[in-house]
Amino acid sequence: MQQLIYFIQKFKYVLFFLLLQLISLFLIINNHSFHRSKFISSANSISGGIYKNRKSVTDYLNLTEQNKALVKENTYLRNAIALLKSKLDTTANHLVLDTIEYNQQYQYIDGIITKNEYHKAYNYLTINRGQKDSVSSEMAVINHKGVIGVTDAVSNSYARVRSILNRNNELNVRLKNKDITGNYYYGSVSWDTKDIQIVQLSDIPRQATVSLNDTIVTSGRSAIFPEGIPVGSIINVDQRENNNIIQIKLFNDMKSLRDIHVINNFHKNEIQNIEKVANE
Amino acid sequence: MSRRGFYLLFVFIGLILLQALVLNNVLLFDRINPYLYIAFIFIYPFKKNRFPIISLGFLLGLFVDLFSDSGGAHAFATTTIAFLRPYFFRTVFQKTELDYEFFSLKQESFGKVFNFIVILTFIHHFLLFSLLNFSFHNFFYVISNTILSGIFTLIVYFLGSFIVSRK
Repeated sequence: MQQLIYFIQKFKYVLFFLLLQLISLFLIINNHSFHRSKFISSANSISGGIYKNRKSVTDYLNLTEQNKALVKENTYLRNAIALLKSKLDTTANHLVLDTIEYNQQYQYIDGIITKNEYHKAYNYLTINRGQKDSVSSEMAVINHKGVIGVTDAVSNSYARVRSILNRNNELNVRLKNKDITGNYYYGSVSWDTKDIQIVQLSDIPRQATVSLNDTIVTSGRSAIFPEGIPVGSIINVDQRENNNIIQIKLFNDMKSLRDIHVINNFHKNEIQNIEKVANE
Repeated sequence: MSRRGFYLLFVFIGLILLQALVLNNVLLFDRINPYLYIAFIFIYPFKKNRFPIISLGFLLGLFVDLFSDSGGAHAFATTTIAFLRPYFFRTVFQKTELDYEFFSLKQESFGKVFNFIVILTFIHHFLLFSLLNFSFHNFFYVISNTILSGIFTLIVYFLGSFIVSRK
């Protein structure tokens, strides 16, 4: 017993140091695992609040660009409405009211990115929407140009978003257009951390014909992203021969993101429940 | 709390906010940042009891982690250099614990101070980038980031200390 006390006396600094290192390692590993509560993240009230205040100052610096982006988005939405109206006119006999009023699947929640990063292998963003705006973890985050990421840690009024530029992120996608035989081809997108504009598409079947500038959109096969949200376009198919990897250039400029929409899927629980049954 | 204590607390909070709000957004060539907050480890007075400096190093890293979503990578690296500080103090400055009372970085020759700070900075940056990368993949990236960010941190630190020390 005395020897033990002597030992602790002698190595007290080393033991204290090792204890703190263990805590840090635990936090690092915790940060890299999914579906675990994260205490050290920018979604908590201290850092979230400070980032929000910084955002309110820096927002003034790029109002012009934001205005231009909003005008563009408005035009796009007006065009979409016009298109839908023309369809409603020609198919006036169909009862479409029902699906709009009572069977809405997706809800869009607007928000602003208060912290953006893209220089690491595991990038996270912070947004100013949280539980009180009915944002929860594993929800899609997009903007008018395309996919941004998936929420992971959520506090009362902030949420942390796992960016598409995060080595842990994998996204289910498909080619936008059918090929000549009328099939859609599906694959998945991940990031090899080398270039912040370029992500990698893999698992596309060999028989699929792809060509440069083909558009890639989300597949709608997961419970997170709705179908058809743009991701990027193909810029390089050289590596396809060897390991079936296709380089995709993102539509989004990940350096200058601001306005986003979080997508809440009302059918998520239902989909996940039925997938669970099938696995057993 | 003494005047010295207030000064250190001010520097502690100031360095964290400086790092989180300004320096984390420098991103030279899209990836190189100075990590100036470790200056706190250099300027904290040397004492015989080492618990305060190790704990403060841990807390400092943890707060920076809080702002940069890196789990505990900054905490790990900063605790390590806080722990290693006295050993390098002994080898670089050739002094013992008895000299702690009257020691000041300003009175030492620039060469020794430079060695001391360069060694600790590069240890910190190497650990930090290895943990941020979190795999053996892309190891060249870790090394190049360590060297470039290390040089950037050192330039900012020495410029800063030059400006602060001239009164």
